[in-house]
Amino acid sequence: MSASRPRLAVWKFSSCDGCQLTLLDCEEDLLPLADQVEIAYFLEASRDTGPGPYDLSLVEGSIATRTDIERIREIRAQSRVLVTIGACATAGGVQALRNARDFDKLRSVVYARPEYIDALATSTPIAQHVPVDFELRGCPVDKRQLLEVVTAFLAGRKPDVPDHSVCFECKRRGVTCVTVAHGTPCLGPVTQAGCGALCPAFGRGCFGCFGPKADPNTRALLPLLRADGVADEDVARLYRTFNAEAPAFAEAAEEAGR
Amino acid sequence: MAPDTGAPQSAPAADARPRELAQEDLQALFDVLTTRGWTVVGPTERDGAVVLAQLDSAAELPYGVGVALAPGGYRLRRRQDRAAFAHSAGPQSWKTFLHPERARMWQADRDEEGAVTFTPETEETAPTPRYALFGVHPCDLAAIARQDRVLVGGAFRDPVYAPRREAAFVVAVACGEPGELCFCASVGTGPGLREDAPCDLAVHEIADRDGVRLLISAHSPRGAEVLADPALPLHEPHPELGERARCQTEAAEQRMGRELEAEGLRDVLAETLDSPVWDEVASRCLTCGNCTLVCPTCFCTTTEDTTDLTGDHAERWRRWDSCFDLDFSYVHGGSVRTSGKSRYRQWLTHKLGTWHDQFGSSGCVGCGRCIVWCPVGIDLTVEAARLRGEAGASEEGPS
Repeated sequence: MSASRPRLAVWKFSSCDGCQLTLLDCEEDLLPLADQVEIAYFLEASRDTGPGPYDLSLVEGSIATRTDIERIREIRAQSRVLVTIGACATAGGVQALRNARDFDKLRSVVYARPEYIDALATSTPIAQHVPVDFELRGCPVDKRQLLEVVTAFLAGRKPDVPDHSVCFECKRRGVTCVTVAHGTPCLGPVTQAGCGALCPAFGRGCFGCFGPKADPNTRALLPLLRADGVADEDVARLYRTFNAEAPAFAEAAEEAGR
Repeated sequence: MAPDTGAPQSAPAADARPRELAQEDLQALFDVLTTRGWTVVGPTERDGAVVLAQLDSAAELPYGVGVALAPGGYRLRRRQDRAAFAHSAGPQSWKTFLHPERARMWQADRDEEGAVTFTPETEETAPTPRYALFGVHPCDLAAIARQDRVLVGGAFRDPVYAPRREAAFVVAVACGEPGELCFCASVGTGPGLREDAPCDLAVHEIADRDGVRLLISAHSPRGAEVLADPALPLHEPHPELGERARCQTEAAEQRMGRELEAEGLRDVLAETLDSPVWDEVASRCLTCGNCTLVCPTCFCTTTEDTTDLTGDHAERWRRWDSCFDLDFSYVHGGSVRTSGKSRYRQWLTHKLGTWHDQFGSSGCVGCGRCIVWCPVGIDLTVEAARLRGEAGASEEGPS
């Protein structure tokens, strides 16, 4: 292939690797992708790594240690376009559960030798530390949306990633509303689409892993969640599970927890 | 009817007499429609709801399934009888089939020299499905007519809707069991089927102590052809059946769970744009978009351009959109309707008000879906009445 292919790098911070796996999970699209870009750095796929600069960096994971901060600055400096992928990178992830608690206490409860743990008291999104060109939501990200972002980057256009509610996807897919028809608690009305209504399609309520939709009215959802049997402390937990650092969900959790 | 829709003609002079079909012979009607090239879509029970889906046999109809409706609540209930069409306000409408949620408009390919070829959709790339819409209630029949007006009745003929609509065979069923949130009677779309109802077959389903029987009449030449098929075991209706059908419709008219005072609503909405009612509704509205997506007349779409990884193949698709989507009113620099208030107001004033100016009628057919499927149960009839009160109050206010 020509040397002029854009160079792609995939980085991991504090995360479970699920979003990088989503890229590997692209299967039949992976070889065409490799034709279009030079996969210069992707440890999950190959230990054969190339030096920067990179045209497109996909960043998984949150900032949870001091080294993370130094590393993300260096990656930003080496990347023409930087896209964060997944709930950890865009909203702190599950590990941001510690943000509203006493970190030292948690560390002493969880680890046998807490003094070995050199971590920050908070887990924060990448965008709190360096400028980010695009944030792709989800825990993990959706395969189609990930390919759309990379494809849009290659074509030099804006990715088509709607910021409306999950309800759009249920209705478009013909999934019967689990809240209205079954009384199942669901965060779909305040959560951003992108998953293809995965959980409701299996009769489960949405648990908000794509984070808040644009301009969500979480206050209006609260009485409904209560009516469907969710205790206030559980509402707070729901909002804090994957996207605790997303401001709209953080506020909703605090309001429910009061 | 608009001549270019291919929508059925009004009742043919020849043999419009109603005939009787036993419920257990519904499969014969399915077979006749299937043999003539239609794919039958209709109601069936799935996931705790009566949904609309492709039906392989009449056995899949929701016999004896009724519904209990509340604002933001939908539950199935078992009926005493085996009526198959005695349910209302399901989670989908027929626009799923006539105005699909996603459709490709064209494709473009770039060759090695850089020349670009555009390929619009044709019968070859996207063959028009021929649906028999089986069990369309009068409110939904009116909704199809309103979408006809919007999508083929103006200067522009919608290339996706029009051929699907022309191909569709419509089996309408008079409503004998309106739901707790239905108000077709007050907006003049049901519950009965008028003699000139724009369908191919008009059906009354009569469930009483003698079982379930269907009274069928043809409303179009196509419908008459289907009824004339010797494979259909039709017979002379029981002498009382027509009267029972009439009584059932009259009784249904008295059992509407909701009422919308339609008179003058257009002006009411135009006068109350700054009413505090909108702020109060907005405090409860999730702006999730469900009301517009379940509405059988809402037709708005957005455009989606896709490219493949090589960048040499592009496609333009359109998909359902909603005035509740911030992106829907996005113009250079941002969205025009940023607040939930402005978005809810847009939906209601268009549906009940400016639709009249644009298309010569209201956009609401009284099906009640927007009330049922709003997760927080915002009730269009209640909000419209509150606004009417506001308009009245401002007229009577101090001068």
